[in-house]
Amino acid sequence: MPEPAAHAEDRWEHFPHAADAGVRGIGATLAGAFEQAALALTAVITHAAVEPRVAVEVDCEAPDRELLLVEWLNAIIYEMAVRRMLFGRFAVRIDGGARLSATLWGEPVDVARHAPACEPKGATLTALKVAQGSDGTWSAACVVDV
Amino acid sequence: MDPGRFTQIDAITWRIEPYGAMRVPGIIYADEALIRDMDDKVFEQTANVAMLPGIVKASYAMPDAHWGYGFPIGGVAAFDPDQGGVVSAGGVGFDISCGVRTMLTGLKVGEVMQQQQSLANSLYRQIPAGVGSTGAIALDAAEMEAMLTDGAHWAVARGFGEARDFERIEEGGRMSGAQPEQVSHRARERQREEMGTLGSGNHYLEVQAVAEIFDAEVAKAFGLVADEVVVTIHCGSRGLGHQIGSEFLRDMAVAAPAAGIELPDRELACAPINSELGQGYLGAMRAAINCALANREILGHFARRVFAHFFPDCDLRLLFDVSHNTCKVEPHVVDGARRNLFVHRKGATRAFGPGHGSLPVALRPFGQPVLIGGSMGTGSYILVGTATSEQKAFSSACHGAGRALSRHAAYKQWSGRKIIDDLAARGILIRSPSTRGVAEEAPGAYKDVGAVVAAAEHAGLARRVARLRPLICIKG
Repeated sequence: MPEPAAHAEDRWEHFPHAADAGVRGIGATLAGAFEQAALALTAVITHAAVEPRVAVEVDCEAPDRELLLVEWLNAIIYEMAVRRMLFGRFAVRIDGGARLSATLWGEPVDVARHAPACEPKGATLTALKVAQGSDGTWSAACVVDV
Repeated sequence: MDPGRFTQIDAITWRIEPYGAMRVPGIIYADEALIRDMDDKVFEQTANVAMLPGIVKASYAMPDAHWGYGFPIGGVAAFDPDQGGVVSAGGVGFDISCGVRTMLTGLKVGEVMQQQQSLANSLYRQIPAGVGSTGAIALDAAEMEAMLTDGAHWAVARGFGEARDFERIEEGGRMSGAQPEQVSHRARERQREEMGTLGSGNHYLEVQAVAEIFDAEVAKAFGLVADEVVVTIHCGSRGLGHQIGSEFLRDMAVAAPAAGIELPDRELACAPINSELGQGYLGAMRAAINCALANREILGHFARRVFAHFFPDCDLRLLFDVSHNTCKVEPHVVDGARRNLFVHRKGATRAFGPGHGSLPVALRPFGQPVLIGGSMGTGSYILVGTATSEQKAFSSACHGAGRALSRHAAYKQWSGRKIIDDLAARGILIRSPSTRGVAEEAPGAYKDVGAVVAAAEHAGLARRVARLRPLICIKG
């Protein structure tokens, strides 16, 4: 089972989109950037803590890194929807840039505590960019339809 | 946007002259103030849509247009299969057949206001809304298949609705050409426990007062009476539609190069209508339309049940149910010839004019009701389709106010708690599981819906019939 990355430069942010929400993960590794993008996705829904009570395994693949980010975020959205859970911790392993396996840790939605602001419908290809900067850090971003 | 980027045709019509790979011009209908407030991305996205194969006449944007994904939200484009035309998952959107239904109560505002608190609380308890909510109806495989095929007819056959509603729902409540076999296992799984749920974001159930009548004759035909109460529901095909949208967007993006389609933006992912992928998407999308029609029928039934508890003699009659995220095959006259076109409306409402054969007999002399959702603090509008709308934009009009601020900016600017309190002081009750969600949907985050519908009217897309004022708003 992969473990979450832990690098000082790992972080996430939101960027504005007229109707929806942009998520961006930044990490020392590609996998770290994908983990941070997943945290940004959860923060679109709730600012409350999400306890890592249940672990869920997911696998996905795509023809390139950018579509892999979309597949990854859509895999999380799917698990959130069918399990009625939120996830707050992610460990990602990426093989060759096009295959991903991951563990998500989370808990069932608690409406009173999580006060979910909105429900992501799907990750879009808008503002979709996965790239490595000149300093070596990875960035993974796209707009999520909510 | 700088109006100087356009050729101005008249006060309300702005033309993007073809450049680069554009096959047709872009046309945005809006007044100058709305144009100035629009994001530059609307220009770019309207132009990008004009580059797609088989597009007919023009790429249109409605007065409420804003930055979408691939297509602008508020975008309308028609494609001819005989000219290599395409169908685009992004051109329909993730919430397939998201739409609005309005039901007439016949109750006076004063009667409802006497029960306002209890009614709001009861609706909030009875209408499953928000993240993690589940409906009372779980579908097994056979029921899922039947729902995807029969739409609102499935719901009514199971006791969730009324047969008299069918003539007031687009496609008579059942979208033909649905192919449930094109709907994936994952899409079905997402929907299994989501029938009869409202969702979240900009979806809502509102109890509204008829605040102003603009066209007395049409209002009478629609059953709209000043100072009476209506119920409006805004939602779509829930998780099933979202999953279908995500899956086909990916498949179309991957397949486009092999199909010889050069995409100016990957989000414009599309497939030739006359291809296996294009036909597969159309079959799945039509099944998702049936899911949305069934879902709104069930939610309407829940609303009827609550109103019957408080007002035993009340009879909620459906005025109309219309979607604003679809691709529909429609005959349109282009250059004097009638052609069957695949009309994409992404955040745009079909607006058939008087005499259209699909309208119920009682409405046919007047035109189709066009239901426009505003924000929770300002109000909504009911318009009617006009004779000029077909020539202007393939019988289409706006769908809402359109966002002026992002969710992020709205959350930073407003407190959800304060919005709820301020609106309560104005007689509008909000019920929502999330104050942050309320802040993100703040009335100030939306454009002036009055200016949007006025522009739609001046453009000849649809005409104002009535303005609705919110009394109760249930948000997911």
